[in-house]
Amino acid sequence: MTTTTRADTTSPQPRALDASVIAAVGGAERPRHAGPVGASITYGWRALLKIKHVPEQLFDVTMFPIMFTLMFTYVFGGAVSGSPGEYLQYALPGILTQTVVFITIYTALTINTDIEKGVFDRFRSLPVWRPALLVGALLGDALRYVLASAVVLTVGLAIGYRAPGGVLGVVAAVALLVLFCVALTWVWLIVGLKVRTPNAVMGISMMVLFPLTFVSSVFAPPETMPGWLQAFVDVNPVTLLVEAARGLMNDAADGGDILLVVLLSVAITAVFAPIALRLYNNKT
Amino acid sequence: MTSDLAIETSGLVKTFGDTRAVDGVDLAVPAGGVYGVLGPNGAGKTTTIRMLATLLPPDGGTARVLGHDVVSEATQVRSRVALTGQFASLDEDLTGTENLVLIARLQGYSRSAAKERSAELLEAFDLTAAARKQVKAYSGGMRRRLDIAGSIVVRPDLMFLDEPTTGLDPRSRNQVWEIIRALVRAGTTVLLTTQYLEEADQLADRIAVIDHGRVIAEGTSGELKASVGSGAVKVRVADPTDRAALAALLAESLDAEPVLDSDPASLSFRVADPTVVAGALHRAGEHGLLISEYSLGQPSLDEVFLALTGRPAEETAPGPTGADPSRPTAEEVPA
Repeated sequence: MTTTTRADTTSPQPRALDASVIAAVGGAERPRHAGPVGASITYGWRALLKIKHVPEQLFDVTMFPIMFTLMFTYVFGGAVSGSPGEYLQYALPGILTQTVVFITIYTALTINTDIEKGVFDRFRSLPVWRPALLVGALLGDALRYVLASAVVLTVGLAIGYRAPGGVLGVVAAVALLVLFCVALTWVWLIVGLKVRTPNAVMGISMMVLFPLTFVSSVFAPPETMPGWLQAFVDVNPVTLLVEAARGLMNDAADGGDILLVVLLSVAITAVFAPIALRLYNNKT
Repeated sequence: MTSDLAIETSGLVKTFGDTRAVDGVDLAVPAGGVYGVLGPNGAGKTTTIRMLATLLPPDGGTARVLGHDVVSEATQVRSRVALTGQFASLDEDLTGTENLVLIARLQGYSRSAAKERSAELLEAFDLTAAARKQVKAYSGGMRRRLDIAGSIVVRPDLMFLDEPTTGLDPRSRNQVWEIIRALVRAGTTVLLTTQYLEEADQLADRIAVIDHGRVIAEGTSGELKASVGSGAVKVRVADPTDRAALAALLAESLDAEPVLDSDPASLSFRVADPTVVAGALHRAGEHGLLISEYSLGQPSLDEVFLALTGRPAEETAPGPTGADPSRPTAEEVPA
């Protein structure tokens, strides 16, 4: 009704925003929006800020690797290789691989959470190169891979692991891991864009990653496994990855394995990145 | 010509499975001012806005925003529009400042200019005290203001506001309204969706009423009200037990159907000839029926919505002042 009391005349008056709002609104310059590289770096900066504000999220790239390294070495070491020390020489490259492979789900989790929270809409309505958000998240993850690798290697060194391949071999192994894991991230991104909740992303990826990492030569030589399982281990890409990394770290680099990992990474990216980007651009 | 139209859509369609969420929407939104899109939950408002903001590809029809096609010229559209969604599009882990700096950097500001700009916006929107707090600690009103600030880091030519005051307390709602008016004064065209009739009435120059994915009416608030055809009389009795008697008496002297509100003391009529009202109320006094409050005015948008759809808008849309959502606005009295 036009003459009856309206709610706004009885509610408390807000602070006068108007003058300063008009000034702030009118003051906006119109710079040229960030290019693809600048936007990706800015999103990468966002990933760092999130780590700064929520440092607990680094638990699984710091605490878990420490736990895994210690537990596997001292629980299985004697049984598998005769002594923890000998087992460590075999298993550390594997633990390193497993740790980094598990972190590949992070980008998908981040994107899924962004979609759930609505901030995804904000980013996608900006006039910047759209995949920058994904690239930025990947940049943040690359840092996680390196950090986790450093933790595993430090713990390994402390309890007696020595890399015959030297610093160069170790750095090359980590670089190879990061390359493969960035490629693998595209696969999880598809999951992250398809399923509804971050928990579902976690569930699905764990279901795949557990068999993929354990049923490989990460923790034990496949020779004692039953034949049908060996068949899987042989075609498991993680086996290939861990053998290549182990070769590099143990000064027994196998050029064929390394080349295969590189080609596989490129192939995974070539197949899954376009699908992920397509889903991402058409995400409702 | 499209030059004086901020938005022009023709037969816009979006389907989700079997549901036609948007079912042939035609809009012509003039540049400047506030254009309201009014409708209950699920009417297709958000889907329409998401298509116009290039977040969702249409399944049919065309849409031009500021002269650019939303599909083939999406980047040009994105560089001139901003969207503030129904749920705050903010990173909750980051602080208010960081959220704005992030957007400013993406918009191309240098590091120092981005910091300056966010400080200016936080100050203008009364958020300076919370600038260094994580957004997850913000109240609903603060989130909404920060969200709008994020949308105007670079002032857009066209701003989409999707239910900007849903869930806000009256004070925060008034602040948001003020911000919207300031934006319009600065030259931004605002497309506002709302399920609150009062909000559309207060802010919008023109209103499109959407229901079931279609525009069922369009015009100024006054035109929409006029389309219902008559003035409205609203009366409150001092003693609710008098209402039935008063309804019968006024129905006779006004020659109109009484509409009984859920408020047991009030009733209203739609009258063709407002000049008879004074006499009718006088007669009620003569019969000893004490009237505590009365008004004569244009019909409310609630009544417009009821007339257009055959059901009250607030059946599905609780009012901004916290009205009981299950409460029907009005019920017809059996003759």
